[in-house]
Amino acid sequence: MTLAKRMWKARWAYIFLFPALIPFFIFILGPLLAGLRLSFYEARLAEQTFVGFANFVKLAHDEAFLQAIKNTFIFVVVVVPVTVSLSLFIALMVYPLRSSIQGFFRLAFYLPVVASGVVLTMVWLYIFNPTYGLLNYLLSLVGIGRVEWLGRTETALLSLAIVVVSWTLGVPIILFIAGLAGIPKSLHEAAKIDGANSWQEFLHVTLPLLKPTLLFILVTQTISVFQVFIVVLLMTRGGPANSTQTIVYRIYETAFTFFRFGYASAMGVVLLLIVGSVAVIQFKLLGQEVQY
Amino acid sequence: MTNMIETSMTEKRQINTPSQRSGPNLRKWGRKTPWFIGLFLALALALASLLPLYWMIIGSFKIQTNAMAVPPEFWPSAPTLENWQKLLFGRSPTWRWLLNSIAVASISAALAVLTSALAGYAFGKKDFPGRKLLFWLIIITMMLPKQISLIPLFILMRKLDWFNTYQGMIVPWIAYPFGIFLFKQYMQSIPNELIEAARIDGAGELRTFFNIVLPLSKPAIGALSIFAFVAAWNDFLWQLILVTERNMFTLPVGVSKLVSNLSNYNLGLAMAGATFAFIPMLIVFLAFQDYFVKGITLGAVKG
Repeated sequence: MTLAKRMWKARWAYIFLFPALIPFFIFILGPLLAGLRLSFYEARLAEQTFVGFANFVKLAHDEAFLQAIKNTFIFVVVVVPVTVSLSLFIALMVYPLRSSIQGFFRLAFYLPVVASGVVLTMVWLYIFNPTYGLLNYLLSLVGIGRVEWLGRTETALLSLAIVVVSWTLGVPIILFIAGLAGIPKSLHEAAKIDGANSWQEFLHVTLPLLKPTLLFILVTQTISVFQVFIVVLLMTRGGPANSTQTIVYRIYETAFTFFRFGYASAMGVVLLLIVGSVAVIQFKLLGQEVQY
Repeated sequence: MTNMIETSMTEKRQINTPSQRSGPNLRKWGRKTPWFIGLFLALALALASLLPLYWMIIGSFKIQTNAMAVPPEFWPSAPTLENWQKLLFGRSPTWRWLLNSIAVASISAALAVLTSALAGYAFGKKDFPGRKLLFWLIIITMMLPKQISLIPLFILMRKLDWFNTYQGMIVPWIAYPFGIFLFKQYMQSIPNELIEAARIDGAGELRTFFNIVLPLSKPAIGALSIFAFVAAWNDFLWQLILVTERNMFTLPVGVSKLVSNLSNYNLGLAMAGATFAFIPMLIVFLAFQDYFVKGITLGAVKG
């Protein structure tokens, strides 16, 4: 059968695809490709000139951008492992409970997820206030003195990390609980009969069987944490002294404050390459048990 | 079929809950001590996770001097509705923001679910030239950071003169890669016999889809409607750059302007704004909790 004939025979498939594919090409794939192209242009609001790799060369010497890359990496390296291990820990503790109590925990950790970044950032800004903020007050109860959370280069990025962890735990916890429910009970029993203690059982039964879930969480969390933005915009605007600049915040400022579209697109391409390669490395290291 | 999946999942859960609950002998308690400590920690974390939300709600009932009190007031000493009055009946068009958000999020979700269901059906149940390639394209864009397409999309909106419009805020959501992926996974599990039986009965393609496939996909439709709604509601960055007119702000964008890095913004008003922006999401979550859980797990573990 020729291609045309096969396509005609499958015409209904294309008809079903049509309403999704047209907007997909116009508003998702098209802009993505245009963004790749734009990274090779000096582009502002009206004019565009081809400049080859000039944007990338400039980026390699852009102090603020390099700082943003460094900060973003630190951020990911802190937030992702903390999120993954905390949520695994919570899931393990909560899993044996009856489902109504599990429901309370799910509510507690998932409400911040639905509350949205904007809402929580507004609250945390209040909580972090050095003078009348809740956090410093609570710390003063255990004898820790006043901390300028967002005002000092040493603590600002850490403060943002706390905020992001606080609204990220919900989804991984739900996934881990579902993963735990998928482990056949017979395996746990077999481990007990073999005389394994709880820790050995966790290490040799639970953890290996959770690996696909773990990998999925790791990759999706890494991708999303690399794109940290709202906390930076609403809490620090990249300061103090560039200590909370992140890649996406740089893109936002470059594109929509200074309208340097080509340069900002080049930053986007760098982000894309970083996120892509980190995800590939994670897949390689942890095996490919996650199916699509 | 779909019911089968659900029941098998709940069964597993029941099987896996510990049966030890009945007999509390000393040795078991000893074995369980570390777990109790861990559970206590988890509980502390859960309370810490809720604390900001509590602080926000309480804060919305404090006047500025009380909001800035040291030590902080865990219960407002002089509760006031002043902030809420200012927010809801003052100069900012808060209700308009709420309507904007509802309109944008619900139209986005409706369109996203419809196009995704149709495309998911094609990918899940039909074979056609280009199937693999198209599907991978969609999956890849689902994983990639969106920021790179933001700028060309912004330029496109400028050409179309769609700044400060609903259609501008909605169009990025019409095609919803995660939705296509989820529907494909879900519809694959619908038995072919059901579809063929409908066809033998003389149902056309469209009738088969709308009368057989779609009703069987209700859990996926539910989960995805909620997901798309919340995602479009929280599409902050796009709404922020697209909309400059105060009346066209969405609720999150509007209330975000209530805080500033300066320390003297009106704290109580900001907390009232945050609470108000939180309430619709709270309602959606409480009403559709199961769909959230289903959507999250469907998207991740079903191969």
